Amino acid sequence: MESVIVTDRLTKTFGAFTAVDEITFEVRPGEIFGFLGANGAGKTTALKMLTGLIRPSRGKASVAGYDVLRNPEQVKRRIGYMSQKFSLYEDLTVRENIRFYGGIYGLKRADIQAKTAVLLEKLQITPYADQLVAGLPLGWRQKLAFSVALLHEPRIVFLDEPTSGVDPLTRRQFWDLIYEAAHEGVTLMVTTHYMDEAEYCDRVSIMVDGKIEALDTPQRMKQSFGADNMDEVFRKLARKEA
Amino acid sequence: MITVSNISKSYGPVQALRDVSFRVQPGEIFGVIGPDGAGKTSLFRILATLLLPGSGSATIQDLDVVRDYKRLRSMLGYMPGRFSLYQDLTVEENLQFFASVFGTSIQENYALIKEIYVQIEPFKKRRAGALSGGMKQKLALCCALIHKPEVLILDEPGTGVDPVSRKEFWDMLKRLKNWGITILVSTPYMDEAGLCDRVALLQNGAIMAIDTPKGIVQGYSRPLYAVRSGDMYRLIRDLRALDIAAGCYAFGEYAHLSLHTDSWNEPDIRLYLLSKGHEYVEVHPIEAGVEDCFIELMKP
Repeated sequence: MESVIVTDRLTKTFGAFTAVDEITFEVRPGEIFGFLGANGAGKTTALKMLTGLIRPSRGKASVAGYDVLRNPEQVKRRIGYMSQKFSLYEDLTVRENIRFYGGIYGLKRADIQAKTAVLLEKLQITPYADQLVAGLPLGWRQKLAFSVALLHEPRIVFLDEPTSGVDPLTRRQFWDLIYEAAHEGVTLMVTTHYMDEAEYCDRVSIMVDGKIEALDTPQRMKQSFGADNMDEVFRKLARKEA
Repeated sequence: MITVSNISKSYGPVQALRDVSFRVQPGEIFGVIGPDGAGKTSLFRILATLLLPGSGSATIQDLDVVRDYKRLRSMLGYMPGRFSLYQDLTVEENLQFFASVFGTSIQENYALIKEIYVQIEPFKKRRAGALSGGMKQKLALCCALIHKPEVLILDEPGTGVDPVSRKEFWDMLKRLKNWGITILVSTPYMDEAGLCDRVALLQNGAIMAIDTPKGIVQGYSRPLYAVRSGDMYRLIRDLRALDIAAGCYAFGEYAHLSLHTDSWNEPDIRLYLLSKGHEYVEVHPIEAGVEDCFIELMKP
């Protein structure tokens, strides 16, 4: 089966500054792919290109079979996205949020209703369906946001630091959801600053100064860097920047 | 040095802090460990004299945070989450600004911030808004120290900053202890608890435990194992299915399995997993870490 993400010397420059420097990699279907790098390494810019939010300066990328430069709207339809900052509308209820995002993704009314029931049951929040999201604990909101990102059954979901600041129990419950989604064939690209989460990924890439400096399974990466854990690998690779 | 007595705070129907009490000794690095929503920022704003408690009281050096706020403010260095720097001023200008607000100059207390400042000095003409997370963190720390405070209050200084910079930051904090500064720091990162002299575990506005990191860990009473197999997802499910399992959670490469009793040990766990078709099975007993304790305390 063809790769869900394929990039070929993908590059983004802002004036004289090269934020993403000719990155080339592939992500396979059903993979949990960890996209790591220090702040300022170019992760967010790379992610924005892959999700069709900004145009590459040079090079190519295709996501879910569509070229990000020529068909960004097609890309957007086939992906899910979730981050700390871009989440749910706090002043809408749980149900209203699901209906809203279902509508944006072009789902039919009947579909949305059916999926809402399933989603609420799965997360065990049916009693809170008509409560404002603002009133839910952060951990619940994270799980709900993730489920909403999957509503239109995208082939790949991008998760931008999805568990930042969340309590350790909820963090793990969240990863249970990620594993489940992967088991059902969804491809997941996750950025995180929690190095233990890097271990949950099938493969991991580490960006430094706009380039991908390492890409492998956590196991093999640790072996080649002579490290006990991913934290050590990261520290050996990542450098300080201004 | 710092005495917090029965502090509670609500925002409308939401109770952010419930009857929080603790003491911090002079020169300690005291950590408040807890996730988002635990109440850390509310607590620190109260101690930094920026927010009134709903009930209860707190004193720093015998000065009351409410009554004596003016005197306290010149003794405190506060670094809030998101760092509170002027984005359109340069590194140097930010530092000069904060120094002047406290009626001092960069030169006067330069010795204190020197080790940190030299790392960002090459960029002193760069606007703060153009700095990376790690650099902003260092600058914000310098600005909080510029008036030689007796107490540093740092609210999630590492959040949003990469692991390398976070570690360097904690190295800097340890060196500040040598200047006799008492440091109160909050973090959602459980592994940072081990870097503090004592910690309070905070969840849902209430303190679950206060002790040295060692003391917290020693309080963990269940048998605990690190377990690995070829399929993490199935591993956790199969282990959770055991009656004898008190809890099983992913911890990076390994799952941590806690048991209700010690009637099972390694060979029993290994046999069970092999019988379930797991490959590459590894099982060994481990000592609990702060995160294991936090999870245990969180469960109803």
